[in-house]
Amino acid sequence: MATPNTPLWEVFIRSRNGLAHKHVGSLHAADATLALQAARDIYTRRGEGLSIWVVPSSAITASDPADKGMMFEPAESKIYRHPTFYEVPEEVGHM
Amino acid sequence: MYTQALNTTEAEDRHVEDAARAAQFQARIDAEERIEPNDWMPAAYRKTLTRQISQHAHSEIVGMLPEGNWITRAPSLRRKAALLAKVQDECGHGLYLYAAAETLGASREELVDLMLAGKAKYSSIFNYPTLTWADIGVVGWLVDGAAIMNQIPLCRCSYGPYARAMIRVCKEESFHQRQGYEIMVTLARGSGEQKAMAQEALDRWWWPVLMMFGPPDQASQHSDTSTRWKIKRFSNDELRQKFVDATVPQAHYLGLSIPDPGMKQNETTGHWEYSAIDWDEFKQVLAGNGPCNRDRMAARRKAHDEGAWVREAAAAYAEKRKQRSAAKAA
Repeated sequence: MATPNTPLWEVFIRSRNGLAHKHVGSLHAADATLALQAARDIYTRRGEGLSIWVVPSSAITASDPADKGMMFEPAESKIYRHPTFYEVPEEVGHM
Repeated sequence: MYTQALNTTEAEDRHVEDAARAAQFQARIDAEERIEPNDWMPAAYRKTLTRQISQHAHSEIVGMLPEGNWITRAPSLRRKAALLAKVQDECGHGLYLYAAAETLGASREELVDLMLAGKAKYSSIFNYPTLTWADIGVVGWLVDGAAIMNQIPLCRCSYGPYARAMIRVCKEESFHQRQGYEIMVTLARGSGEQKAMAQEALDRWWWPVLMMFGPPDQASQHSDTSTRWKIKRFSNDELRQKFVDATVPQAHYLGLSIPDPGMKQNETTGHWEYSAIDWDEFKQVLAGNGPCNRDRMAARRKAHDEGAWVREAAAAYAEKRKQRSAAKAA
């Protein structure tokens, strides 16, 4: 008999250095409690984190890689959004 | 390596695909871009990777068995704690890898069922028995050492999720090799009996470990495509030679001899040249006729079957909670 499928979860961990939660991988678990426990065992065996989020993979809406040109091009063409676009006289020093 | 059966299975099926897309894909690979799960990829790339990553995952899981064999008999609490942690790591590696394989569209359960049905391969090395405590030393030192040799280039594999899984695995694998070598150092400095046990274990594992890298380059069918796709960055023979060159001085430090009377160092290149490998033995083990193939499969099936009630109970409990909270909300 084929083994029945168990739901998939995405795991996010916040490390001790004060950074935001970061995606580390995924796992299978029947519910959120088991997902948290499994995430602890699979992704934090060496003190990698102080906080874990688990999110059902089905709850994630992702952008389509095929649209990446349309999605991200507007940011590429606006160099005036970067500090280096502006000229400040050298005598003024670091700004 | 852990996916050595790739080298022996049926030839790739050729799909007729949009030539323009395929060219674009290859251009991305050539530019060292990472391919991500939702990106377009040739069907053969997807198939090769699904097979390679799942075989790698199966190897990690089956690889828990030869070492698990010694957990209850480890000679001290320190050794026992280390071995337990190592075997738990192997399980974790299997899970990272299954997750990477699943991003290609296969389900975990489907992959596991294929392995339990005997339709998917795992590394030939885990079909050898761990007869003495010294075997645990040799497995850590050589089997994990060979695995590291293979896995470091995989950290730069073109498929993003596989490469990322390998980075995690490599970080953890170095503890495995060091704990194995430490066992060997202890035995080598011990009584005559202990030293003999270390040598005897090395004698049994040396050739099977060299086989882990897969068939010689001229006999390997899949390498060309895998190289073009940057799944594979070094050939089987290149990695095998790197491993031998790194390992021989470590054996000499232990005062152990490599069970290859014909081995000699090439004065010009500095490489340690080894004798011919018995590829018939390798084929036999891959075909299911190694010393422990049947035991390993039986142990995996037993664990899977005996865990069925846990999976069922967890699913039933999750369902009950879901219905309760739905009833409350209504």
